[in-house]
Amino acid sequence: MANQTLNWAAIDADPRFQELHARKSRFLWGLMVFAVIYYFLLPIGAAYFPDLFKVRVFGVVNFGLVFALSQFVVAWGIAFIYARRAQQFDAMAEAIARDAQKIGGRK
Amino acid sequence: MSVNRKALLGFVGAAALLGAAPAFAQAVSPQYTYLTFIVFAAIIGVTMFVTYIAAKRTKTAADFYAAGGGVSGLQNGWAIAGDYLSAASFLGIAGLISLYGYDGFMYSVGWLVAYITVLLVIAEPARNIGKYTMGDILAFRNNPKVVKTFMAISTITVSTFYLTAQMVGGGVLVKTLIGIDYEVSVAVVGVLMMAYVLFGGMVATTYVQIIKAILLVVASLVMVALVWGQYGFNFNGYLEAVTADPGIQAQVARLIGDASKNMSAAELGQRFLEPGLYFKAPIDQISLGMALVLGTAGLPHILMRFFTVPTAQQARKSVIWAMAIIGGFYVLTLFLGTGAAMKVGALQITAIDKGGNMAAPLLAQFLGGGKDSMLGNLMLAFVAAVAFATIVAVVAGLVLAAASAMSHDIWVGVIKGDNATSEQELRAARISSVIVGAIAITIGILAKGQNVAHLVALAFAVAASANLPVILLTFYWKRCNTAGVVAGLVVGTLSAIALVLVSPNMTYPLQIKAAQEKVIKASDEKIAKLTGDLKGIQSAIDQAKAGNQPLAAGLDEAALERAKKEIGIAEKAKAGAEATIKGLGGATTSLVGLTEPLFPLRNPGLVSIPLGFLAVIIASLLYRDKRAEEMWDELYVRSNTGIGRAAATAH
Repeated sequence: MANQTLNWAAIDADPRFQELHARKSRFLWGLMVFAVIYYFLLPIGAAYFPDLFKVRVFGVVNFGLVFALSQFVVAWGIAFIYARRAQQFDAMAEAIARDAQKIGGRK
Repeated sequence: MSVNRKALLGFVGAAALLGAAPAFAQAVSPQYTYLTFIVFAAIIGVTMFVTYIAAKRTKTAADFYAAGGGVSGLQNGWAIAGDYLSAASFLGIAGLISLYGYDGFMYSVGWLVAYITVLLVIAEPARNIGKYTMGDILAFRNNPKVVKTFMAISTITVSTFYLTAQMVGGGVLVKTLIGIDYEVSVAVVGVLMMAYVLFGGMVATTYVQIIKAILLVVASLVMVALVWGQYGFNFNGYLEAVTADPGIQAQVARLIGDASKNMSAAELGQRFLEPGLYFKAPIDQISLGMALVLGTAGLPHILMRFFTVPTAQQARKSVIWAMAIIGGFYVLTLFLGTGAAMKVGALQITAIDKGGNMAAPLLAQFLGGGKDSMLGNLMLAFVAAVAFATIVAVVAGLVLAAASAMSHDIWVGVIKGDNATSEQELRAARISSVIVGAIAITIGILAKGQNVAHLVALAFAVAASANLPVILLTFYWKRCNTAGVVAGLVVGTLSAIALVLVSPNMTYPLQIKAAQEKVIKASDEKIAKLTGDLKGIQSAIDQAKAGNQPLAAGLDEAALERAKKEIGIAEKAKAGAEATIKGLGGATTSLVGLTEPLFPLRNPGLVSIPLGFLAVIIASLLYRDKRAEEMWDELYVRSNTGIGRAAATAH
């Protein structure tokens, strides 16, 4: 495969790849940490703050139910935000892939 | 059943169909059994037709393992949902909600959140770096033979745990629903699954999973429309009906015991929507949550699905579709579970299956017109057939994952040194499928009546403690190398298994004996006291009769009957306890020779996941490997840009 001959270190060192790496890492790990914390608030809250979960919000619907349902909304929201943001990453990655021979080609 | 025992059933019972508890009755009315066979035959017919078409398209090893990379993101999303929504989620979670309300719903959340990990950090690199198996990913910058051997062993271990739970659960489920023998139903599940995998490989497996997921979603939507529609799709109005239901109030009173005495009916109903009826051990629950959130991304049969799509973009799209379907489905189960609690009732649900797995099928029967109606039994048969298709589809995915590890990693990668033609590899993959399928059927039959429920939780724990750390660090840490991967897989797998072996999941005869002896002692005291009461009441009645006086309140015939009845109950409890002690057969220690658990949690994740990560990091740092670090640039550039990924060959 032609790609085997690429100088990967050169591509890695390319400012465009470095920018992609920096942006993607910050975004993905930030989102990941947020998702994990938000999720674990549910079992922790249910176990240690049951009185909060029992507070009625409207009708018989209590805070616990609203919070559990919000987990679904948040998970879908994360997927939606990531899908939109990933289009930018895709464009950057595509540009690098297109120029891969130029940046990392070996003579 | 003690609180702890209940918690055990729960965590894992949902996961693996605590159907393993004895079924007391057949769900479909006998005169309508023919309906079940018609619906089953229709679903099997459709999937067999798909397999026939798929078989024609399965010509190369790439077709067999990864459907030639020609699956679209949308299709793969449905297939992932089909692979993931096992009978455990479909029947187990609806059952948990029907019996325990809020806690059951809360339990479902972790299963969806797990996909955030898959989406953000695993799916796209896996597509860009991998080819057919998890071993391929690790082989990229490590010693291929070594890491493939260990990864294949881990894949087969995880898949076998999961498989055993599915086979046993499936056998019990089919037996409960339509009354055919356990062994026959295990064999039917096994043979069907083998037909899909053997002839149609990943193509057929994918379509079977898609069909099953669509059937499952349609069945659930219809049921929710019927049950929620009565309340004009008003959320609060519906839940008001739930909390006002006398059956649910009685169920809550049963669950909380003495605490219910000072509560009004409305309070009891409201309690059903509050946490704590089921989960009593928060740390254990957090441990399970960790295993779910990190383990899903390390399950071989789920990860393998990302090799079936052509690009990282399609991989991303498939996770997003899967999240929409899986999440939507869990929201529907909230209505299925509470609907079953209202319309069918906890007593009737547990009469057929103690774990609550029959909640959704029984609700279908009710919504169609009840036990004696044709439509009711048709709907029950349909839901039963969907459950059956579910088990077959999940088992097919698991067998394919284990067989791929066996043929692609072990036979081709290690034994043949990557020198095998596509024809040879395809043959090896098919032979491996037969071997794994035969093992699955054998284990399924041998494990009859065993409590295998904790095996699904164990599969997630091993995936989270061994597979996920090595995959994640291979993708994101430059210094990760062969030594780290081997150490991570070994330590993660063994620590998860070892912790379960010394956990409260096992049977501890002396503890059971002590608990049962307490029951016997209490029963004896109660019987002695009641016998005294009985005599007192009898003599009071005799005296009153002799003196021709009216009977005093509380000292009449009704009181006599009540006391006799209570003695009967106490005697029954005593006999049950004695039988349990006898059943222990003089054993004094658990499977690994312990008299009491060494590790307090049922779910090992909290300890074994950090151990797995630590093992990878420490071993990688101790045994530095130049090549692994030199390959880092290539891996990282490729995983982020998709340059030079194993090209898909769609037909």
